[in-house]
Amino acid sequence: MTTERPRYAEEASYKIHGGCGLMGICDESGKLMSGEDAILAMAVQHDRGNGLGGGFAGYGIYPEFPDHFAFHMMYHDIQAKEEVEALFDQYFLVDLAEPMPTRPVKGITDAPLLWRYFLNPYPSKLEESELSAEDYVVKAVMNINSSVDGAFVASSGKNMGVFKGVGYPEEIGHYFRLEEYEGNTWTGHNRFPTNTPGWWGGAHPFALLDWTIVHNGEISSYGINSRYLEQFGYKCTLGTDTEVAAYLFDLLLRRHKLPMELACKALASPLWDEIDRMPEAEQAVMRSLRSVYGPGMLNGPFAIVLGFNGGMVALNDRIKLRPLVAARKGSILMVASEESAIRAVIAEPDSVWMPKAGEPTIARVKGMDWPIHGDLHLDPSEISCAVTGTERSCDTVEVTA
Amino acid sequence: MPREMAPGVTEGYIKVAPKVTRDGDKVTIDSAGVYYKQLNEAIRSQIADGAKHIVLENVNGQRYIGTGVKAKDVKINVHGTAGNDLTMFMDGPTVEVFGAAQDGVGNTMNAGKVIIHGDAGDVLGYGMRGGKVYVKGDVGYRVGIHMKAYENLVPIMVCGGKARDFFGEYMAGGMLVLLGMNTQFAEQPLVGSFVGAGMHGGVIYIRGTVESWQCGKEVGVTEADEADMAELKPILADYCECQGMDLAEVLSEPFIKLKPFSHRPYGKMYAPM
Repeated sequence: MTTERPRYAEEASYKIHGGCGLMGICDESGKLMSGEDAILAMAVQHDRGNGLGGGFAGYGIYPEFPDHFAFHMMYHDIQAKEEVEALFDQYFLVDLAEPMPTRPVKGITDAPLLWRYFLNPYPSKLEESELSAEDYVVKAVMNINSSVDGAFVASSGKNMGVFKGVGYPEEIGHYFRLEEYEGNTWTGHNRFPTNTPGWWGGAHPFALLDWTIVHNGEISSYGINSRYLEQFGYKCTLGTDTEVAAYLFDLLLRRHKLPMELACKALASPLWDEIDRMPEAEQAVMRSLRSVYGPGMLNGPFAIVLGFNGGMVALNDRIKLRPLVAARKGSILMVASEESAIRAVIAEPDSVWMPKAGEPTIARVKGMDWPIHGDLHLDPSEISCAVTGTERSCDTVEVTA
Repeated sequence: MPREMAPGVTEGYIKVAPKVTRDGDKVTIDSAGVYYKQLNEAIRSQIADGAKHIVLENVNGQRYIGTGVKAKDVKINVHGTAGNDLTMFMDGPTVEVFGAAQDGVGNTMNAGKVIIHGDAGDVLGYGMRGGKVYVKGDVGYRVGIHMKAYENLVPIMVCGGKARDFFGEYMAGGMLVLLGMNTQFAEQPLVGSFVGAGMHGGVIYIRGTVESWQCGKEVGVTEADEADMAELKPILADYCECQGMDLAEVLSEPFIKLKPFSHRPYGKMYAPM
């Protein structure tokens, strides 16, 4: 276990300029879709990436293990695997450990060892830790990513998983046999690495618990965001800016219990002069939000799709510096970087539109617990009500969790 | 769309020459699943062989259609969703899209006409130097950014729906018109913020009004007067004819005019005058 070996380093430290492509699809009726549509949507956006990263997240894909945390692992070598499995044995009850099902695909080379584990915290250890099961898992993820050399957690949520690597997304999707999975929500990404290396762990989606992020753009506030997150125990170790967005949503939504719309406003804050023009109650909320979450605000161009058990949310930076198109067909909401990706999957959408910068486009799976504290709309009085609990229209806010 | 799953990787587009049917100088090209490179090669070679009317069927997201094509009397009809950078650097042809267009239509376009019978995306008419772009529906962010004009090369763009932020940003020349009529965003404002921010040439006409906070500090807003309307009317008449709209209805509401205060707003910043 202690043999000397060179520290794992990511390949390709060069820089290429380009875009990225993304997609998200959610059937709000809860109907399951195979991963095939997600692959097709990304294949149409092939030229938005350059083969240095592709990936998908699927939700509802492990109905046989709905209450286990599913860990998708990437190991640089067998030693990394042994070290992580020793940690798992110590802290978790592992009910199934198996290699990820893959098939050989031309173009996919140098894959790390890919394993998945269905596990739960060891009850006595969990009690001893005085943490919630989720915080316990987060701690383990941070620990593995930061201290086990050559081991990376691709995802760690319940009934979901991230499938990603170096290659074009359609190759990666085929490699991971995504047509064999069925989910109510899928997100996908095509990477064109700009500032950080193209490597397996650096492909999107980035995930923590069941939160996943696909991102087109660059988060110029990465430095301040990562320092802010460190104060809450998150460790940014994956060498890519997008990582902070996944952890910020975990912090704001799960730990601070902000309603989804407010969390989005904290990350893509309205400009100060926009706030000046808002009704008074909303101004107060937005000012507080910007003051409290200043270091969490995402600066720079982005289009992101956040996936989670219960739906997905697409969001642009506040001045719309990256493309995003949305469409609806019956109970299906779909978003992508290009309209053509949507039309490849949904031949005749009921409506196609461009979401407004900084305003979330939200899909919720019917009947599933909304994992977020509150469920509210952007009516100013309702926002301030949810935050301050003082406004008259409090009764109209439907809090579902 | 090819959707082969079992033996091979799903491809969005396949790199093969499209099926071309020629009838005199009219050519029909089936673009379904054809990679943009092969599609554009087919368009160019057909034009070189004397084709005057090219009909592209089943287009979905192929980039660069009409890009760099230099020909006055050629008409290209696009059926489907036109991909990014439609008609970039185009010099002469008329392109009509029966569907929506994505981002970057008319990027640095020189001459010709683009008629879109749907919505269009962001950075529409980026650095456009001449020709006309007529969009029926809504348009995205940064529309008409840095349009420019020189002598008789004056680009004109008319958008029938609503527009988002940075409409006419850094505009240096030409004419940009917003009607706000054919929109799916009934509840939203006519146009977003930063209208004409950094504008130092050309003119913007808007059917309706804007608040002063919506405009960049470089522009002045006035009601369009008789001379302005005389300039605008023939353009709107042409637009209405292309889009099948009623000119009288378009003219039934007053227009405002946005002009920059200075053609050289930053002249004093770097060199003393």
